Amino acid sequence: MTTQGPDIGGMIFRHTADSRVLEGPFGWEYHLPTGWSLFGVDVSPTKHVVFMLLAAFLVLVTVLIGGYQIRRRHAQGKGPSGFGAAVEALVLFIRNDVAIANIGHGGEKFAPYILTLFFFILYCNLLGLFPWGATATGNLAVTGALALTAFVTIEVSGFIALGPKGYLKTIVFVPEGMTGIGAVLMALIMTPIEIIGKIVKPFALTLRLFANMTAGHFVILALMGLVFIFGSWPVAAGSVAFVVFMMCLELLVAFLQAYIFALLTSVFIGMMQHAH
Amino acid sequence: MVNLLMMLQDGQASGADMVAAAKNANALLGAGIGLGLAVIGAGLGIGRIGGQAVEAIARQPEASGDIRGAMILTAALIEGVALAALVFALLFKLL
Repeated sequence: MTTQGPDIGGMIFRHTADSRVLEGPFGWEYHLPTGWSLFGVDVSPTKHVVFMLLAAFLVLVTVLIGGYQIRRRHAQGKGPSGFGAAVEALVLFIRNDVAIANIGHGGEKFAPYILTLFFFILYCNLLGLFPWGATATGNLAVTGALALTAFVTIEVSGFIALGPKGYLKTIVFVPEGMTGIGAVLMALIMTPIEIIGKIVKPFALTLRLFANMTAGHFVILALMGLVFIFGSWPVAAGSVAFVVFMMCLELLVAFLQAYIFALLTSVFIGMMQHAH
Repeated sequence: MVNLLMMLQDGQASGADMVAAAKNANALLGAGIGLGLAVIGAGLGIGRIGGQAVEAIARQPEASGDIRGAMILTAALIEGVALAALVFALLFKLL
């Protein structure tokens, strides 16, 4: 189909996909180094890698500054205030109402991992909303790696908590009170289903986070593209108003998706801990 | 199989072009219809959750915190399915 207007599909793809060029205001560009290779695999940094490092650094700064403020005011016998209070509220919420509530009595061991997951995903999502920012979690490889860490945590913690025999019982699932041919049949049917279930849960985590982040940016970019297609002032005014609303929604979705990822990971860990 | 999308295109010259255009047009049509159906399903599901959660809060206001948490979790799970359909539709566009 011939396009007489601007190439909106290409513009959307260029703005949401990974690239080897960092961009800034006034046409500033920084070409990232290429050709770094580790055991024959290309590990040269890209835009999403830079923004992931930035998010990790911001998480470190947040926790250090928040912790310092809380400790200083605790030494004075007062409760925290300002930035420290915000950090404390979020950390206590994730630690108590998400990690420990869903994992049960062994929850404190997993709280650091769940907190890291939540803050890292939150900062990655929020950095994508800045001008010239990129959403690292809008990259299937990044969310896939996060879901892979969740998968390893869930399975290894389940293996340690239940022992090898108990862990095998979660795969070869036999309901109570069935023996003989019935048990064998149930095992034959349920084992592939259980294995598929174990693989599908991290896959769903990956896809949910990636699609939520990317879809929001697609809608915003498509609406802005409408301005260029029509080239008229009333369309521009309506489009910009709608884009402002969509960015507020994106802010909500950033928080919500980080919370959902942390929540589902802790629910799955809790399910493995209490399988017996 | 000729459909409306192909008729809206300019006349293609060679046969191979037409076949490729047919595959592309049909794939995009299928992706669009599939995505619409997925969104209908998600809308129905999340609408039901919202309605029943509000009803439950009206029956027992002191459980509203628990109900709100369960509602958000279930809505996010259903939205995950609809967005999986979105990702596969994008795959049709790119392939």
